[in-house]
Amino acid sequence: MMMTETGQYPPFPVPRVCPFREIAEQAGMPQLPPGREAVSRVTLPDGAAGWLITGHECVQRILTDPRASSSRSNPGFPQLRRTSTRELPKSTPPIIGLDPPAHTVHRRMLINEFTVRRLRALRPRIQQIVDTCIDDLLDAGPEADLVEALAVPVPSLVICELLGVPKQDRPYFQERTKLLLDPNTSAEDARAPLVELVGYIDKLILGKEAEPGDDMLGRLIVRYREAGLYEHHFIVKTAALLLNAGHETTSNMISLSVLALLRHPGQLERLLADPARMPVAVEELLRFFSVVDHTMARVAVADIELGGKTIKAGEGLVALPSTANRDPDVFQNPDELDLERNEVRKHLAFGYGNHQCLGQNLARIELEVVLSTLFARVPGLRLAVPLTGLCFKDEAQIYGVHELPVAW
Amino acid sequence: MRITVDRERCIGAGQCVLTDPEIFDQSEEDGRVLLHTAHPPQEAAAAVRRAIQFCPSNALALTDG
Repeated sequence: MMMTETGQYPPFPVPRVCPFREIAEQAGMPQLPPGREAVSRVTLPDGAAGWLITGHECVQRILTDPRASSSRSNPGFPQLRRTSTRELPKSTPPIIGLDPPAHTVHRRMLINEFTVRRLRALRPRIQQIVDTCIDDLLDAGPEADLVEALAVPVPSLVICELLGVPKQDRPYFQERTKLLLDPNTSAEDARAPLVELVGYIDKLILGKEAEPGDDMLGRLIVRYREAGLYEHHFIVKTAALLLNAGHETTSNMISLSVLALLRHPGQLERLLADPARMPVAVEELLRFFSVVDHTMARVAVADIELGGKTIKAGEGLVALPSTANRDPDVFQNPDELDLERNEVRKHLAFGYGNHQCLGQNLARIELEVVLSTLFARVPGLRLAVPLTGLCFKDEAQIYGVHELPVAW
Repeated sequence: MRITVDRERCIGAGQCVLTDPEIFDQSEEDGRVLLHTAHPPQEAAAAVRRAIQFCPSNALALTDG
């Protein structure tokens, strides 16, 4: 790996390039140095030297290696952001920051809430939520910002459904989640809505502690109590994590997917002609955009041999699903969007290993429902601005587009 | 062929179920993998291999027998 004159390795994180640039190569991908290897050295924001894992096989290996720890309290855990702006202040992350055996215990508490069966049962409610949002979109006029009208509210309302937020409280919830996702909200302005949301979740859980009903939080409370592990604040943090993990990710995928489909009208037409194609199309959109790129961080707790290099104990690393998902050893013509791609399910957009996204099947259903319903009900949908008029979240933790002006 | 399952490794991702719901299920008790059959028909071999490939925690394996 080439070092710069100052002796430092290339920096990470780096911005992404426009996903629809005329030269398809590496569109939408992080601007990394050419010729880098599957395992290479980078300089992290705090100046520490870390490792970047970009090859598909190496990403799978490292995310299943017990020597790669998720615990933020292990020395050398990579600091990817200088300050924690939109996250809970001074708070140990719950399950995302745990290693086995603690991780296993807590993951098992949650698995049953996110099974294929349970999420399928939620599908009719998700359909209703999407239908209502599209009703409002259509009523508001022949133009709209799809991000504000559909991409932001749908996942937020689905999470309300999941957490058992009473209907009358949803506007309160929505206003605050909307502020958090608004790119114009400064870090300072984001603190109040965040504190209010966590405060709300805290009260919600207190209510359910008294009377745990048959919803996710109620069942979680009962399960933790039965295991003798109940801790109020841990449940609050878990609920806040689910909100955090399931809102902006799905929201950004909705907008980017609509944009991609509008940019590939031939493929869109084929997709709409046969609903059975939608699941594979959703997988391809997940692969192509790989919106979550800065969170698969680990620290080695023992030396790890990987890709011909040695990651030493105490060194931090980041696994990049975006580049792994464009690995030409795994995906043919990886920089092209192919909604019927055969090998698509090998993608790592949801990560890999024991921390693989808990909500992945919920994300899949939300995307399937939104995309099928939107194009069925708004067949004349088109972009209302040229591509060059769009602003992408190319330096954000979760990749996306700020606004998506559409018309019909 | 025989499918072996290591439920200790299972994290309930459900990718096996999405690959072949005739063979794989998730327990209603704890959400972890359950096999409808450990001895699927030969025609299911390709699907079973894909399920093994897509499992994020190496909980599934195929053996003879």
